[in-house]
Amino acid sequence: MSGEELLNRFTKAFETKIQCKTEFRDETTYTIAASDLREIAKFCREELSFDYLIDLTSIDNFGEEPRFEIVYHLYSMPHGVHLRLKLKVPEETGVVDTVCDIWPTANWHEREAYDMMGIKFNGHPDLRRILMWDGYPYFPLRKDFPLEGLPSEMPDVAFTKVTPMEGGPFVTIPSMAGSKDREPRAHPPQLQE
Amino acid sequence: MTETRATAYDSKIEGNVIFTRFDAALNWVRKNSLWPMPMGLACCAIELMAAAASRFDIARFGAEVMRFSPRQCDVMIVAGTVTYKMALAVKRIYEQMPEPKWVIAMGACASTGGMYRSYATLQGIDQLIPVDVYVSGCPPRPEALLAGLMKLQEKISRERSFRNQKPELAEKLEEAFG
Repeated sequence: MSGEELLNRFTKAFETKIQCKTEFRDETTYTIAASDLREIAKFCREELSFDYLIDLTSIDNFGEEPRFEIVYHLYSMPHGVHLRLKLKVPEETGVVDTVCDIWPTANWHEREAYDMMGIKFNGHPDLRRILMWDGYPYFPLRKDFPLEGLPSEMPDVAFTKVTPMEGGPFVTIPSMAGSKDREPRAHPPQLQE
Repeated sequence: MTETRATAYDSKIEGNVIFTRFDAALNWVRKNSLWPMPMGLACCAIELMAAAASRFDIARFGAEVMRFSPRQCDVMIVAGTVTYKMALAVKRIYEQMPEPKWVIAMGACASTGGMYRSYATLQGIDQLIPVDVYVSGCPPRPEALLAGLMKLQEKISRERSFRNQKPELAEKLEEAFG
């Protein structure tokens, strides 16, 4: 079964539930509603043999409603076909169904999405922070959290201080110039006489 | 200025007894048997392992005994990025090491936070524990770590160990003998 056939079967099964379909090069992305997630995910795994969840990430579109997007990258090992599913999650009622029982690898990916963005997953067996420590009061990868961090204190567990930025962050400027001009230097060339 | 003369030790003349200063002997013993506590947190740990392997032998300096128990170690080599979550564990291990102890901050991340200027990385382990030698590099070559170890050995050889360890006895002796 080729990629086209798998996608055709998908489209046939969920005609009404696909909100948007994007194709770029050979990649197909379907935008779905959060309430249809489990049904679609089960179908993908069982019927279409998308047995490998490559990644589960979250995007923060700060300023848009709904605020968060969750992206699932699926891959079918027997057929060698990729698929991407996206769904939007509002900030206030930001709860999504878990897919841990369908793809066990989603366990830690969902914990990371919870830790970094604050998106909760219904039915997750162990939803707690994975990179920051339990009790850390912020969600670091949200757009309104500063790169240098906010001070926090939990004695005997961990602490954070605000990092001195020293004129940074030193980010590459996208352009066609060579690396000398694209990349800002901490010691700009006019000082090196 | 005093002049120092290198003298050779000839066992026929001097027999089997050497006179030296207590500090010199103690420092010599300490610096040539620095047992590291390898706090290998990230990529620098690989270079630490390389320094301990056969090509860049750290055993030449008496430091191949990488005991992972802090109670048996002299020098903590902090090799890698120190996140805030890990920082308190590093501090706890440091406090469990008995005196005399030293710290080598290996690599950019342990010295100053390295390329990670962010909310999650401690900007240098010297915010928490006193560091004796900073080795720069990302990661430093094993030879650089060995050079840092040698610098620490020089620092130890300059220490006034007797005075640091037994200050009251040293004062008493000074009073008695001037």
